[in-house]
Amino acid sequence: MHPITSIRSCTVVLPMDDVDTDQIIPARFLTTTTREGLGQHLFHDWRYDHDGQPKSDFVLNSDAARGCRVLVSGRNFGCGSSREHAPWALLDYGFLAVISSEVADIFRSNALKNGLLPILVDGQSHQWLLDHPGTEVSIDVAASTLVLANGRAIEYPIDSFARYCLLEGLDQLGFLLRQEEAIRRFEESRSWTP
Amino acid sequence: MTSQKSGTIFDKVWSQHVVSEETADTPAVLYIDLHLIHEVTTPQAFSLLRERKLPVRRPDLTLGTLDHSTPTTPFRSLADLQSAGASAAKQVTTMQDNCREFGLEVFAMDSPHRGIVHVIGPELGATQPGKTIVCGDSHTSTHGAFGALAFGIGTTEVGHVLATQCLLQRKPKTLAIDLSGPLRPGVTAKDVILATIARIGVDGGTGHVIEYRGGAIDAMDMEARMTVCNMSIEAGARAGMIAPDDTTFEYLYGRPRVPQGPAWDEAVARWRALRTDTDARYDKTLEIEGAELQPMVTFGTNPGMAVAINEPVPGYNGSSALRKALEYMQLSPGKPLSQAAVDVVFIGSCTNSRLSDLRQAADIMRGRTVAPGVTMLVVPGSQQVKKEAEALGLHDVFKAAGAEWRESGCSMCLGMNGDTVPRGKLCVSTSNRNFEGRQGIGARTVLASPMTAAASAVRGRVADPREFL
Repeated sequence: MHPITSIRSCTVVLPMDDVDTDQIIPARFLTTTTREGLGQHLFHDWRYDHDGQPKSDFVLNSDAARGCRVLVSGRNFGCGSSREHAPWALLDYGFLAVISSEVADIFRSNALKNGLLPILVDGQSHQWLLDHPGTEVSIDVAASTLVLANGRAIEYPIDSFARYCLLEGLDQLGFLLRQEEAIRRFEESRSWTP
Repeated sequence: MTSQKSGTIFDKVWSQHVVSEETADTPAVLYIDLHLIHEVTTPQAFSLLRERKLPVRRPDLTLGTLDHSTPTTPFRSLADLQSAGASAAKQVTTMQDNCREFGLEVFAMDSPHRGIVHVIGPELGATQPGKTIVCGDSHTSTHGAFGALAFGIGTTEVGHVLATQCLLQRKPKTLAIDLSGPLRPGVTAKDVILATIARIGVDGGTGHVIEYRGGAIDAMDMEARMTVCNMSIEAGARAGMIAPDDTTFEYLYGRPRVPQGPAWDEAVARWRALRTDTDARYDKTLEIEGAELQPMVTFGTNPGMAVAINEPVPGYNGSSALRKALEYMQLSPGKPLSQAAVDVVFIGSCTNSRLSDLRQAADIMRGRTVAPGVTMLVVPGSQQVKKEAEALGLHDVFKAAGAEWRESGCSMCLGMNGDTVPRGKLCVSTSNRNFEGRQGIGARTVLASPMTAAASAVRGRVADPREFL
């Protein structure tokens, strides 16, 4: 993973609540055995019509959305399945962060492990962002702040370990592998074995 | 092992698996007792192991099956995999190759133990009280019905567990849902969980582990409890748990992978302690009156959009989400769902594909036929369930009614294997998700119990199962 210290981008707004992972990446695209190339299927059934042509009324197909790396979505983004293909598809498409007032647990965990930043904001800031598509935002990962175009800085919650890994570009497996001694001791000390 | 003075069942299972405690800077290292794997969410994890030249740390705690991408038509040779599509076939063969390379047990296509991952774990007795169980699948919450702490993980975490048998986790909060009994006739575990999600919303459990308790839960058999815990994730919860009791121990007794002989008695003694202490605190609590529940159906595009079957579909009330959902579903506010014509009925999935589910559906189908124009697919949860159902003659009941009787797998729950609902068609389904396109592009899903699904197949309209009792 590459270190991520800051993001500056315009926003794309997907205002609906409860955007589930079946919308982010439909199940029929999960038969892949790699993680590359999923961006072409991101939001596939909202993005393309029956003939595979881009739907003009879907936000990702608008000129304004082009090049924007930050997605603002309604509440409870990423609910549903545990498929890591969802953050893989968002990253492969080019998104670096998702802002919402609530992000589903498994999606949030998966996103952080891949360098996709889930940013939770309060209801009022969330509404402002939903009402201002295309606005310029900047994210300071070390300070855990989202700065709006008007200069207002919003501090967002993030697990300190996940933030450290993002800033250093570390994956968490290395940390776990270094726990080997403790894991072995745990196994030996158990009064029952699974 | 830390023994807590007072705690919930979740607290107890959690604390028994902490390798190192969480701090402000680092999450807890949590030990995993059983890692279930399947073909869809593992190939990239095995690639990671290969890149890092790592072995699987505990092959003996890892169990593989093939379920999501597998065809449900009879399997005779590898060529039959192609019926689910070339990439699905490749995924299945990749899984088998990976398991061979890393020395892992996997139930191959022709294994009598193969089936949906959340059906075979309990069936084999690999799922046990007090274990931590993970799988790259959100419905891993199913196993919590046994008093295990079981939750879905992503593929990166699958790699972590393969390599270290551990996960980095922050301790979730707890939510107790008290479900009083008794349930009325025709009201099943599926209706209980759909009503619960309708009450708390699809994010009502986010950040929490739910413990289900109360008279309605106590009275349920294990298969019903699995149905309840299975859909915890549809309320956004990390996991669902039910304290083990005699019903749990009777279900597990004699199954191939439970402790045998004196070890069984020791295990039961240990399992009996897995109860929430009377003075333990939950972060949130909720009470639901079981006797007031009705058979439930979903009308929208997430599992929280559900009503009692005899209630009208609610109005938009200014909600753009409801408007969008009802437009997709081609349903009108104010009208009961019983007016909606049914095209497809699916009985299956990790939610409702066990023997009792098939039996409940068959009891309604017996001597009746699937309505003209309706396609009905019955997909047992495992090859073992299929065998048991056939021994009872349930397959003959379904086939005589005009339904298709298939091999086990996830099938039409998510349509990865080619079993899909055609565009625009309405499917009454015993599965767990009614998301847009979940069962096929443009498919319209109504989630319901096996009884409601069977009644709907007979009527050709969304039907109240109590008409058949």
